[in-house]
Amino acid sequence: MTTERITAPAPAGRATLRPPRSSASSARRGDARLAWLLIAPSILGFIVFAAYPALRGVYLSFTDYRVLSDPEWIGLDNFVELGGDAKFWSSLGTTIYFVILTVALTMLVSVTTAVVLHRLTSSTAIRSVVILPFLISNVVAAVVFSWMLDRQLGIVNIAIEALGGDAVGFLTDKGWVVPTLALITVWKTAGYTTILVFAGLQTIPPQIYEAGKLDGAGEVQMFRRLTLPLLRPIMAMVLVLTVIGAFQVFDIVQVTTKGGPANASLVLQMYIYDKAFGQFDFGYASAMSLVLFAMLIVISFAQMRLLRASESDQG
Amino acid sequence: MAITTAPAPASASATEPEAPAARRLAGRRRLSPGRALAWVYLAVVVLITVFPFAWMLRTALSDNFALIQNPASLLPVDFTWGPFGRVLGLQSAADAQAEGGSGVSVNLGGFVVNSVIYAGVATLCQVFFATLAAYAFSRLQWKGRDLVFGILFSALMIPGILTLLPNFVTIKELGLLDSFAGLILPGALFSAFNIFFLRQFFLGMNSEIEEAAMLDGASRLRILFRITIPLASGPITTISILGFITYWNDYFWPLLVANDESVQPLTLALGVFKQSSPQAQPDWAGLMAAALLAALPMLLVFLVFGRRIVNSLGFSGVK
Repeated sequence: MTTERITAPAPAGRATLRPPRSSASSARRGDARLAWLLIAPSILGFIVFAAYPALRGVYLSFTDYRVLSDPEWIGLDNFVELGGDAKFWSSLGTTIYFVILTVALTMLVSVTTAVVLHRLTSSTAIRSVVILPFLISNVVAAVVFSWMLDRQLGIVNIAIEALGGDAVGFLTDKGWVVPTLALITVWKTAGYTTILVFAGLQTIPPQIYEAGKLDGAGEVQMFRRLTLPLLRPIMAMVLVLTVIGAFQVFDIVQVTTKGGPANASLVLQMYIYDKAFGQFDFGYASAMSLVLFAMLIVISFAQMRLLRASESDQG
Repeated sequence: MAITTAPAPASASATEPEAPAARRLAGRRRLSPGRALAWVYLAVVVLITVFPFAWMLRTALSDNFALIQNPASLLPVDFTWGPFGRVLGLQSAADAQAEGGSGVSVNLGGFVVNSVIYAGVATLCQVFFATLAAYAFSRLQWKGRDLVFGILFSALMIPGILTLLPNFVTIKELGLLDSFAGLILPGALFSAFNIFFLRQFFLGMNSEIEEAAMLDGASRLRILFRITIPLASGPITTISILGFITYWNDYFWPLLVANDESVQPLTLALGVFKQSSPQAQPDWAGLMAAALLAALPMLLVFLVFGRRIVNSLGFSGVK
């Protein structure tokens, strides 16, 4: 890491200013003691609330654990049961459907918006407005959209009816509920990803576009031939972030539909929550968490590979 | 990992001065159809972004009965502060019913206090401990430093789904369910991202002043609190804002560990309020007032720190 080089000279320089070697090394020993003292809270937090629970989560998924009694080792039973659990498979399907809609729309909207912003205006004010939904709670977004999408009184349905259409049960119709949840999620997160993509665009030297213009390239051509390839690393990162976030969707579903109607929006995280806190089957819920985790790992690595995220054409 | 070293917000904005020059040139060109279309697109995006906030305010200032008669009005229907009074428990039951309240008494005041305690204390602890650790990982020389940092850094790979349930069990075993300690503890001691972010800043920061103070015989701790932390107040403020936003908006963790109203944050109360609304005749005006109340601190943060947030998010992404 390049950063190491920055600090390295410092202690050496200091040592030359202090003739007696012993005092320098005792200062260094003092440094070590102080360092461990300073990182002690972080280490404690890391062990108790990150490392231990991660391992414990893996362990619990091989047990029958109902919280009130001790966990009982049952080997792969949870995973075998999972294989035959139709509700699990349908919730996985629902989640994947949600992820595809959310990710596709988020990427489309945020790349378009970022590019348009970049070509049109440097106004921080507009960028700040775009980020606004990112700052509020999922719960607030869920409540506001429940109101705006209400079947009888919601402004969206009133507008649809004014235009001659029929009112839509956005959150109560089985066919509409997942796309609606995806749209709410896009509204909530696309501003954030737009800013990330915009930051990526800012790292592209403007001379490249000047050169492109001299070669007679139009805006569309420059976007396809210059912007997209140069933006690939950051787009890969945004894609991975969005996919991981979408797979763990929970708050908005819990507040608006609780998985309904008739399990039509029962996403995985919702099912896990229901198993753990509705039926107190922590072993089974842990097993599902582990499966979701494994999928996320595989998907992230696959995406990074496919998009060759670590390489930039900029060199 | 290619990491743009340190003075984060500064470097993000540093690229801006050259960019506008190029764009000013572009702006002088006539407005081509393509550019006009792009402006229209941008206007639509801004409208869609802002409209729900406007609608929230418009509804929160309406009489809930009158809303039914005139659901499409862009301005508040039968203007009243009632919904805010209602959700803060300031309106009498009779008045509330007359304006379309559900009759269930709600008082969000206590939940606002809970949210302030939860988000405030958690952010304070998290940033404080991250600062100490980042200092140890950048300014102090000790054996195993990079190894320990690498191990802690690996925590960024562990997603919430894997640790939420076991952490709930841990908090339960510690007897901390329904307490602020239980809410705050898991995130307060350790945050990989904050340590990483501050360490990057410290590494890029000139250490001459600190070394001079050291030669004058100041102790390491004194230097940390009197020199390093004040010099790093910019990035420390940034991660504090981001941390406060995250905690203020947190829903899942409180949902697991806070069943008692005395510690529940506003997000939980809002969710309960929404779900306990009668299906036939929900108090939308009251709900929007409550939602606005929950969003208000974030809107204030946005007004004061919007620019800083935009710049720092850009940085955290490009890392």
